[in-house]
Amino acid sequence: MSSVCVENVWKSYGRQTVLERISFTVEQKSFIALVGPSGCGKSTFLRMLLGDEAPSKGRILIDGEPLMAEPSPDRGVVFQKYSVFPHLTCLQNVMLGLELAAAPRLGILLGRRRREAKDISRAMLGNVGLGAAENKYPSELSGGMQQRLAIAQALVKKPKLLLLDEPFGALDPGIRAGVHETLLELWHETGMTVFMVTHDLSEAFKLGTRVIAFDRRHTRPEEMEAYGATITFDLPVYHPVPKPPEIIPVFAEELDEKAVRYKAAV
Amino acid sequence: MRRLINQYPSVLNRLLLAVLPFALVFLAYAVASEARLADNPADKLLPAWATIQAAIIRMGFVPDMRTGDFLLYVDTMASLERLAIGVAFATVIGGIIGILQGLIPYVRAMMVNFTSVVSMIPPLAILPILFITFGLGELSKVVLITFGILPYIVRDLAQRTEEIPHEQIIKAQTLGASTWQIILRVVLPQMLPRLIDSVRLSLGSAWLYLIAAEAIAAENGLGYRIFLMRRYLAMDVILPYVFWITFLAFTLDFILRFTQRSLFRWMYRGQA
Repeated sequence: MSSVCVENVWKSYGRQTVLERISFTVEQKSFIALVGPSGCGKSTFLRMLLGDEAPSKGRILIDGEPLMAEPSPDRGVVFQKYSVFPHLTCLQNVMLGLELAAAPRLGILLGRRRREAKDISRAMLGNVGLGAAENKYPSELSGGMQQRLAIAQALVKKPKLLLLDEPFGALDPGIRAGVHETLLELWHETGMTVFMVTHDLSEAFKLGTRVIAFDRRHTRPEEMEAYGATITFDLPVYHPVPKPPEIIPVFAEELDEKAVRYKAAV
Repeated sequence: MRRLINQYPSVLNRLLLAVLPFALVFLAYAVASEARLADNPADKLLPAWATIQAAIIRMGFVPDMRTGDFLLYVDTMASLERLAIGVAFATVIGGIIGILQGLIPYVRAMMVNFTSVVSMIPPLAILPILFITFGLGELSKVVLITFGILPYIVRDLAQRTEEIPHEQIIKAQTLGASTWQIILRVVLPQMLPRLIDSVRLSLGSAWLYLIAAEAIAAENGLGYRIFLMRRYLAMDVILPYVFWITFLAFTLDFILRFTQRSLFRWMYRGQA
């Protein structure tokens, strides 16, 4: 449940400008789909949100606070590959986030606290449909299951932001649709803000509440170095069949607020 | 007729082919030995099986007349102890330096050139220095083995650590891991099996340094014995010792491989 404010962000590597004049504000509980041709800097932008890279100019605020300059637990991430730890079982992968927070020295929980962490993690695995696979290693899972696991692993930390870097790019269409469903359900439940980089436009419009396109406006060879990509489209997406608001407490509160404000205005 | 690269031997043929080179070597030895002994029954270069057998019994199963020890046993224990201590030190130190060098940019900046320069020093060239510094006792032999294989282990492990996908390190940070926790829960568990691989590959060199050190200054040990026996052209002892060393090396390798397979099942699961 966080708002994100991007203020005139530029990114360049040496003399090559990659991104320029990126400014936008995101309301809390948005699902932002970032699209654009390959090499347009959408993944770079996600890495800046993640704190893995710093903007060359400008700044990014989360809830009014400047972004921490390194990855932190308030921002969860799922990459296309290598998002889970191969040496841990599904359950251990999800538990890791809880263990690291509760046991700063060894990163391992024992006894009652371990059982509690296990229960939370089992519930989380259940949420993404991996309840039966808790003792499997990632190498024994299909691509779709691995991405489900990565989502569970990120969400157990209750991040304010969930960042997805082409998370479903390597999945078969059928499996992809299933993971979409799971992701949307979790997004509705948690009310976190999601940023998803994708090159699949239909996926962007299916999942996103807002689709932001990055592209270069200047494409002549002599301009390529000096000009980077910027926002070319910023479209709100109307979902014809939204989830009924009454089962979403956060959303309901918001509606109440709006109603109060509306009455006051009248 | 299919191409040669597409033809596979049956199970039985595979077994026969695997045995063949060994059998050929034994056969060649037997024939050559027979021929030389027919020429000169006192020939020592290629002793007959019976002579070798007698030597094995003398070295392994009869107490030495002077010391009352079983020489093969004493030599084996002395050598394995040196090897184990030397390799253990190299494993622990190499593991620690390798992981830190591979993971932490500051350590990498400091160590990467140093380790590549040090790895170019031929370990046997510093053996005299070790003998002068640490004396002719056990310490200099152990240090030679450690020094000999340490640079390889450090470089190999640093590289393996760098090969851990950056995504995993980022992910660990988003789960709230500190540098120490990343080492402990993400890097070390994934590097332990690699460390075993690294040790396996450096065992050959470790044996080389062990035998070299023993050949120059020792009172027992497998290397000491074969170089002592060289003075008497006692091939009947040297040959079984070489066999025994090979067998020990092979067994160690097998144990390490087995340990790795059974301790780190995650590496092998799901790979049909």
